[in-house]
Amino acid sequence: MSEATRDPNGEPTGNTQGLEHNPNLPDLHVDRYEAAWMRISLVTIAVFVVAIVISTTSYGIQVPGVTARIDPNTLMTPPNPFAEPGLRELAPGKYEAYIRAQVWSFAPSEIRVPVGSQVTFYATAMDVQHGLKIVGTNVNFMVLPGQISKLTATFDQPGTYNFICHEYCGAGGPTIGHHTMYGQIIVEEAAVAADRK
Amino acid sequence: MSVQTLPLRESTVPVTPTPLTEADRRMVDRLTGWNVGIGIGALTLGLLLGVLQGLEHAGLDLYPFLQPVLKSYYHGLSIHGVLNALVWTTFFICGFFTFATVRSLNRPLSYPWINTWALIVMVAGLVLAAIPLLLNMATVLYTFYPPLQAHWSFYLGLTLVVVGSWMVGYGLYFTYGAWRREHPGERTPFIALAVLITMVMWQLASLGVAAEILALLLPWSLGLVAGTDPLLGRTLFWYTGHPLVYFWLLPAYISWYAMLPAQTGGKMFSDSLARLVFWLFLLFSTPVGFHHQYTDPGIPAAWKFIHMVLTYGVAFPSLLTAFTVVASLEIGARARGGKGWLGWIRHLNWGDPSYTAQNLAMILFVFGGIGGIINASYTLNLAVHNTAWIPGHFHLTVGSAVTLTFFGICYWLVPKLTGRQLFTKGLALAQGWTWFFGMLLFANGYHMLGLNYGVPRRTMLGAAPYASAEWTPFLMETLVGVILLFISATLFFLVIVGTALNRRKLTAPIDMPVAEPADPRPAPAWLDNWGPWLWGAVGLVIVSYGPMLFNLIHTAEFWSRGYTPWPR
Repeated sequence: MSEATRDPNGEPTGNTQGLEHNPNLPDLHVDRYEAAWMRISLVTIAVFVVAIVISTTSYGIQVPGVTARIDPNTLMTPPNPFAEPGLRELAPGKYEAYIRAQVWSFAPSEIRVPVGSQVTFYATAMDVQHGLKIVGTNVNFMVLPGQISKLTATFDQPGTYNFICHEYCGAGGPTIGHHTMYGQIIVEEAAVAADRK
Repeated sequence: MSVQTLPLRESTVPVTPTPLTEADRRMVDRLTGWNVGIGIGALTLGLLLGVLQGLEHAGLDLYPFLQPVLKSYYHGLSIHGVLNALVWTTFFICGFFTFATVRSLNRPLSYPWINTWALIVMVAGLVLAAIPLLLNMATVLYTFYPPLQAHWSFYLGLTLVVVGSWMVGYGLYFTYGAWRREHPGERTPFIALAVLITMVMWQLASLGVAAEILALLLPWSLGLVAGTDPLLGRTLFWYTGHPLVYFWLLPAYISWYAMLPAQTGGKMFSDSLARLVFWLFLLFSTPVGFHHQYTDPGIPAAWKFIHMVLTYGVAFPSLLTAFTVVASLEIGARARGGKGWLGWIRHLNWGDPSYTAQNLAMILFVFGGIGGIINASYTLNLAVHNTAWIPGHFHLTVGSAVTLTFFGICYWLVPKLTGRQLFTKGLALAQGWTWFFGMLLFANGYHMLGLNYGVPRRTMLGAAPYASAEWTPFLMETLVGVILLFISATLFFLVIVGTALNRRKLTAPIDMPVAEPADPRPAPAWLDNWGPWLWGAVGLVIVSYGPMLFNLIHTAEFWSRGYTPWPR
């Protein structure tokens, strides 16, 4: 891209006379307004890249990366963490949640944490591809057989957060199928959570 | 052309150009007619199924009444996606490209049998894929992600459609080569050059899905191997999946750049920059596929970031297009008496259905393009990935920018091919406007549902237990859109069938509209030189995909057997 666009940007409009005899130099004629538009476009794109970099560095928003591979045929065999999926407390307010996706449910389908908790989600699929988005958070990943997906969210507001399977995983019928596959994270007020304990 | 006339090196002896005879024209018209006709047939069925989906989302579930033929929402959805996104586009494009190349070079196909066989292979592929698809043996949606497993005939059929489209390309390359020998030193006419670049891009880009099907899915569905690797399959699929959208879009760009200005009395604002834009698409269309896999496990975030930057690179030629095309149309509107900063817009050729449909398609593409940049934005994508936002987006792009433009092209191409008058101008105009407003409402509703409520894409929403009353206003908005689109689709079908059966023959011959460049100076020679661009494209693919693909293949684990989780 740079080779081709730098030349027109460097050349003022109409100033191609002197170049015509030289076959090695490009003689791309670019209108003044169009050259301005090209610069605006490139600057806009550069601003977007910077904004995205800031979103990951300053705000800590992460996309999933490489976690680990896991054989979907051994998921149900302990000590595989997905054999007994669910919430594990690492420290006060810090949790990890193991979620197993299968046709057409999540295990577990309900997770309760106190408000302010930081939860790292690990998910994998037992059969076909699934997806998981926790509505209202930045947790959104594909759940594939053979791979573990991992993202972290902090729940600062009490309430019920649906996590929905967003990848087609089979038809079933009107009452069951991909469209009925979801779960809930219930973020409780600190007092309620303490009570329950 | 006989072999003796082929010089070994660049010859000073000019080869006599082969004239384009009436018989050559008729042959190409027939070929194009079959391609376009099959495409429209597929689209008609696909659109009807789309209406059922829209009604289901609004609470009117008609699927129980269609049980004997349509087994589930997802059965219909699979047919909708495959027919509209894969079959309609590919068939129309192959027909349009063959027509446009021959007219643009003003030269017959060098080997018409290649293009004829290409069509036969594509039709054979369509039949092989359609049988399991219609019989509910390939209810895997048009992305056919393993380990969902379709009948092997579905995969084989899709492969043949792709191979047929390659053959269309080969026929055009040979024709271009012959033209080149007959016209040494001349600049390739823009339309032909743009078609060829698009076809070469497609050739490079479709290697991914070809590898996915031939190496993974076909042997696996035939039972020759027991398992497959879903992540490797997805990666190969999206290697093709994103450039596929440029394979759809660039034919529309060709019409916008080089035909549409002529339809409103304008000229190509910059022939050189239009060429540059197509070369940039050859460079940047393919090495961007990980932006469809931002949320995939097993791919390092760094590679995703690199592909984001490259995706922004491919946004640049589209931004250039926005300027150049609008400037070309403005030249036309001002020549037609338009004045003022914006007043000229009223003087565009709004009375012509072919022009109007395409201009409306361009307006919808502004929103589609903005949404596309959002989708490509790495972390921002987490907010919308796999939500209703995404089908909202691609109904503006492939469903509007591409499809509505192809409708517009049909409004001169079908009369041209059939020799009959358009039936009628009024109906065709109404078709364009109803599609425009229908898609605006439909896509807006979907974008809002996905962004605000995380509503998942391609889901039987009317039956979802997590459905919320908050969705209702937007579902109603999409329903109004769907109704308008249904009216529009019916109008399109009426216009096409009405034209084909019209008793009124054309009074004056029509041919492909070709816009002249505003600047008569020829484009610089480096914009007619394949080498650097082609090797640059291959190099970028190797750099951006090579290490990760090597890694995924090297560490592949064929753990996943096939699943068919749908009622038969």
